[in-house]
Amino acid sequence: MLNAKIPAGPLNTKWEDYKGHCKLVNPANKRSLEVIVIGTGLAGASAAASLGELGYKVKAFCFQDSPRRAHSIAAQGGINAAKNYQNDGDSVYRLFYDTVKGGDYRAREANVHRLAEVSGNIIDQCVAQGVPFAREYGGLLSNRSFGGTQVQRTFYAAGQTGQQLLLGAYSALERQVALGNVKMYSRHEMLDIVKIDGKARGIIARDLITGELERHFGHAVLICSGGYGNVFFLSTNAMGSNVTAAWKATKNGAYFANPCFTQIHPTCIPVSGDHQSKLTLMSESLRNDGRIWVPKKQNDTRKASEIPEDERDYYLERRYPAFGNLVPRDVASRAAKERCDAGYGVGTSKQAVFLDFAAAIERYGNIEAGKRQLSNLSKAEIIKLGKEVVAEKYGNLFDMYAKITGENPYEQPMRIYPAVHYTMGGLWVDYELQTTVPGLYSLGEANFSDHGANRLGASALMQGLADGYFVIPYTLGNYLADEIRTKAIPTDHPAFVEAENKVKETISKLMGIKGTKSVDHFHKKLGKIMWDKCGMARNEQGLKEAIEEIKALRAEFWKDVRVPGAEKEFNPELEKAGRVADFLELGELMCIDALQRRESCGGHFREESQTPDGEAQRDDANFSYVAAWEYKGPGQFELHKEELKFEEVIPSQRSYK
Amino acid sequence: MEHYNMNLTLKVWKQQNKNAQGGFETYSVKDISSEMSFLEMFDVLNEQLINEGKEPIAFDHDCREGICGMCSMHINGRAHGPWAGTTTCQLHMRAFKDGDTITVEPWRAGAFPVLKDLTVDRTAFDRIIEAGGYVSVNTGNAQDANCLPVDKHKADLAFAAAACIGCGACVAACKNSSAMLFVSAKVSQLALLPQGDPERQTRALNMVAQMDKEGFGSCTNTGACEAECPKEISLTNIARLNREFIGAGFSSEK
Ligand SMILES: Cc1cc2nc3c(=O)[nH]c(=O)nc-3n(C[C@H](O)[C@H](O)[C@H](O)COP(=O)(O)OP(=O)(O)OC[C@H]3O[C@@H](n4cnc5c(N)ncnc54)[C@H](O)[C@@H]3O)c2cc1C
Ligand code: SF4
Ligand code: FES
Repeated sequence: MLNAKIPAGPLNTKWEDYKGHCKLVNPANKRSLEVIVIGTGLAGASAAASLGELGYKVKAFCFQDSPRRAHSIAAQGGINAAKNYQNDGDSVYRLFYDTVKGGDYRAREANVHRLAEVSGNIIDQCVAQGVPFAREYGGLLSNRSFGGTQVQRTFYAAGQTGQQLLLGAYSALERQVALGNVKMYSRHEMLDIVKIDGKARGIIARDLITGELERHFGHAVLICSGGYGNVFFLSTNAMGSNVTAAWKATKNGAYFANPCFTQIHPTCIPVSGDHQSKLTLMSESLRNDGRIWVPKKQNDTRKASEIPEDERDYYLERRYPAFGNLVPRDVASRAAKERCDAGYGVGTSKQAVFLDFAAAIERYGNIEAGKRQLSNLSKAEIIKLGKEVVAEKYGNLFDMYAKITGENPYEQPMRIYPAVHYTMGGLWVDYELQTTVPGLYSLGEANFSDHGANRLGASALMQGLADGYFVIPYTLGNYLADEIRTKAIPTDHPAFVEAENKVKETISKLMGIKGTKSVDHFHKKLGKIMWDKCGMARNEQGLKEAIEEIKALRAEFWKDVRVPGAEKEFNPELEKAGRVADFLELGELMCIDALQRRESCGGHFREESQTPDGEAQRDDANFSYVAAWEYKGPGQFELHKEELKFEEVIPSQRSYK
Repeated sequence: MEHYNMNLTLKVWKQQNKNAQGGFETYSVKDISSEMSFLEMFDVLNEQLINEGKEPIAFDHDCREGICGMCSMHINGRAHGPWAGTTTCQLHMRAFKDGDTITVEPWRAGAFPVLKDLTVDRTAFDRIIEAGGYVSVNTGNAQDANCLPVDKHKADLAFAAAACIGCGACVAACKNSSAMLFVSAKVSQLALLPQGDPERQTRALNMVAQMDKEGFGSCTNTGACEAECPKEISLTNIARLNREFIGAGFSSEK
């Protein structure tokens, strides 16, 4: 049984107690302790900056040309915090409760409570850095609501919240670079972990410009490499997002937890053709004001504007009157799929539903007219005012939609469909964010920690920054306090040589196949298997087929992939090949995990386990655990369970009705 | 929106590495859908090149949502191509028609050396930020966020400046390869906010000094940067930077 090292005592004092008793490292010793941080997204940049400020010697790595471009930059809608600035009944407990419930009771209470406790500090920290959050006329911060909650606790900067938060963390990071506390390695890809005497002691990285392999020592290694949604090929993630760093950790003994827990986001721009390279999210914040509907008639080919009000089915409002359009993502996605599968979908592909702002535009127009004390306005004038308000709130999202689809969302409803968005699964970590390998930590989306089987909107940014700014500075010290006598290990140590040779071999192998098909060819095939059989709905037969199909595809990949160019040069195809090779192993594990979890929970919907009205049916008696998988060789994994104990929130059938 | 397919001729800059001599290569692509993004068209071309046993074209990209600032193509003589306020990745093929010839080059600027084909080195921008593009506040030092009200108008202006994605199109568009729009966006964001006030003078001086050191040219107010900036960062930021810089120059003469 896995030990998560959760501190004893009541839930709301665990973290205080931990902080009061964890070991500390004195400033002089910090200077000789080296920490490697893989990734400069919200998790990695905030960790690297904070650890640099504390005086550790930090090396940070990212594969983009600048740390500012990590995928966190693309987050749109907002970040949660239990500030209760709106006086609408929010509290640390309520944020904790919503997150555990939203995660369908598959998250660890102690971690989630800590997350809720530090959430307020995150907003303070970001504002102090100069992050320009949206404000009210009185100069104070503005909030909006997100799915799965009934309070307004989401802070935002138009539809560019991730950008602004990341630029804040990036500027803190660059400040430490200037001060000499952090050394930044951009255009570098970590390709293996180096372990000495069972502890993580460094990495092998490839300089992506020259293709040279490098060895780097660290007393500890932090994996902050983001999520693995791109295993599906099409997702809302950036093109380069990948599982490689986390997967190399897995192959070095770190357990991988709940790999099958994937979030399919309900509001994305639908696929337009075979050329599609990625999918674009339309932020969940749009569900604050947009209403989702399909025609009441099957195969209705009329334009949205030609369908009268009483022939529209606002199916979320109909099925879930308490939460309406703001049900959690897993629920909203399945409901969209249900309508489309039943023949009510819209657009040419029929795989889409409408997200309609007409009512919101009119409502805001009236409010604005009131504010400005304008009377006797025509409907057109009111709508004009309303459009201005909507543009201020969501302008960049509407523009993005217009650029991609060529349609004007101010005039006609958006067409949206669910798409892969986020991965709740990831490296298993204990309360201290340490994996099962001593000295190897994981932060942000790369770990599995806080979101159970479904993440609530605006909670990933919160978690990444909580991990990096407020958790790891304490928990890492608790480990490094015992390492002050460990001198930096020279990188000619046999463990470094061996790891580097292993990486070299894999690269030569990939280059040497000289097959006939591109990396993308295999990636697309893998994505299709995953989407069809391990996507929004899963069943035993499909998963078993998928496992066989992935095995076969993997064998074909290693026989027939063509990687052009050379090893020792800038070679994006080679980078992709390495990442897809890892996806081909991870995909199999995801299916194995989905197969063993014979219950539905959150984003994991097993068709065999549903309530009479088609909702996810959990099986707490048999599956109230975290599934943590140990790598045992190609295609072989051993299941370890972390029992989930609920002391505060008693699991019940989740209801948003 | 009506869709159509098109056949195109592409003239693309190929350069093996930093030290190699580069030159244009001509390619043709067929049946490109007007619904594709510009980079998806490049995906099609690269897939075709790989299948023919040739080397694909190296280009930078990541988010493909117009926000990471990684994509960077000079298309038909314009940074990020023909659409205003649009990154290369958000440019869609309905901007072109059947039979068009499209010329694609990397950013051209001494401070942005070409690494390969359409990929350039923009780390100079990171070094400019290192010189002062931050508020010196360590983690854990912050007061409650609402203890610091900020005039909404100024907060909105700061946000508009902070929307810069660090892509470098302003430099590529400028005949002097000046980085003033980029630098002014960061200086403005922080100068407009009370949090940035204590360091505003050193910030302006140090960032400008670093910009000069990196070999970016000087600003002669031609406005090409604003015209090509995908985030429509306003020239008024440059005016603000100039004020900050001059003010700092006077008062820091000790
Ligand atoms: C379109 C979109 C919108 C979103 N909107 C929201 C939102 O509104 N609110 C919210 O809370 N969440 C949102 N999310 C989720 C959230 O953005 C992410 O979960 C979060 O930003 C992940 O941060 P991270 O630091 O863990 O990883 P990332 O930001 O993905 O960073 C990963 C880093 O790791 C580096 N890296 C990866 N592999 C390697 C390697 N092998 N070697 C070296 N470096 C490596 C990368 O270079 C990068 O720097 C959104 C996600 C998407 C896709
Ligand atoms: S100012 Fe505009 S063009 Fe220049 S780097 Fe910023 S976003 Fe790009
Ligand atoms: S790829 Fe990110 S802005 Fe274009």
